[in-house]
Amino acid sequence: MATYSTNEFRSGMKVMLDGDPCNILENEFVKPGKGQAFNRVKMRNLMNGRVWERTFKSGESIEAADVIDLDMEYLYTDGEFWHFMKTDDSYEQVAAGAAAVSDCQNWLKEQDIYQVTLWNDDPIAVTPPNFVELEVTDTDPGLKGDTANGGTKPATLSTGATIKGVPLFINIGDVLKVDTRTGEYVSRAKT
Amino acid sequence: MSHWRPSATTAQLRQRAQLLAETRSFFAQRKVIEVQTPVLAEHSVTEPDVQSIQVPGYGYLQTSPEYQIKRLLAAGMPSCYQLGPAFRHGERGRLHNPEFTMLEWYRLGYDHAQLMYEVADLVDALLGSKPYQRLTYQELIGNADGDSRAALDLAFAEACEGLTPGRFFITDYPGDQAALARINPDGKTAARFELVIDGVEVANGYWELRNAEEHRRRFATDIEVRQQRQLPTMAVDDAFLAALEHGLPECAGVALGFDRLVMLAAGATNLSDVLSFRGTP
Repeated sequence: MATYSTNEFRSGMKVMLDGDPCNILENEFVKPGKGQAFNRVKMRNLMNGRVWERTFKSGESIEAADVIDLDMEYLYTDGEFWHFMKTDDSYEQVAAGAAAVSDCQNWLKEQDIYQVTLWNDDPIAVTPPNFVELEVTDTDPGLKGDTANGGTKPATLSTGATIKGVPLFINIGDVLKVDTRTGEYVSRAKT
Repeated sequence: MSHWRPSATTAQLRQRAQLLAETRSFFAQRKVIEVQTPVLAEHSVTEPDVQSIQVPGYGYLQTSPEYQIKRLLAAGMPSCYQLGPAFRHGERGRLHNPEFTMLEWYRLGYDHAQLMYEVADLVDALLGSKPYQRLTYQELIGNADGDSRAALDLAFAEACEGLTPGRFFITDYPGDQAALARINPDGKTAARFELVIDGVEVANGYWELRNAEEHRRRFATDIEVRQQRQLPTMAVDDAFLAALEHGLPECAGVALGFDRLVMLAAGATNLSDVLSFRGTP
């Protein structure tokens, strides 16, 4: 198994810590002038998203994690798993469980491309693009001509997600651009 | 790509030039002589926590001018300073660079307490006057858990980071961290001090050990620790020992990380902001 020494640590590097794959965010070199050297490392646990800090003696090695991020096309869900397909013409598929898909469920649209994080070839996380376009399936009726007033309302999208801050003129069947990082309405998608 | 560009701005490099000039004028006024000892020399330090960069066929890039300045002092040179590059293998980070600027000076007839006042005078001249607090090593780290040297070093590093804002002198280091300082009359602590400014370790000084035999013992311990930790073996600098045999005058000395001082003067938090170019690996 490959290992990385503290002096090779870079942000974005994937390593194993306490049995979980982690993504290194920051690596700070700490050393008193006449004392031993340490690396204080901030990393994100890719299984639960938590950020933690750990101090290593400089020169210590830890195991590399076999983690890759792949762009994959979302196909469908069978209720238990969400199925994604590689975009390299291999037609290879992976099935992601609810823990991996997590909040991304709100933004999944068939045939769109998502980033799937694989650990030892198993999907552990699905990340949506920053913006997605989804159709409105339910909202209060639109008010004709009311495009200037600042009033808003909630709207339910084709994925079942409900977003807030939707202008009053939006109707069922409209396609909206949504910021997946904030879960907020951005604009009506150009058709 | 703009990878050819300096890491510091022109304005910051001007400030560095100003601080270098002020430092030289500070010592000129006090009749402390500037010396230049070789940056590349046959031997380097045995200290287990300071790694030297070896230059095959030539020796080592010096981690500090200490041994060579002490040889000058033993030969009759009066109080003197060196302001120039020093090198440490494997040290790279926000506050570290393998090549850095070290200001090191020695005062004949001073002890570490007197030298602390002069360090404060210099810092006041460069950064403006501020009060200084003093605390002992024990007061700083309290009852750090674990008594291994590594645990103590980490506790010390973290406690120093916590000394902010303000200027702090740390004194009374444990005897086994004396480096080349003499042991205090209590027989336990070392006549060594460090200056920490706004959480950044800036300077390290000693009332200098003069006894050649005691040096030999400390070097032997260093070499043992190096073997235990599987670090490169370092030969003892026999020219330095011979100078000690001849006689090092009573003196105190201090080494100051000049780039860190420039960084603090600039209100920066990363050496990159004040180095013309960040070194490559």
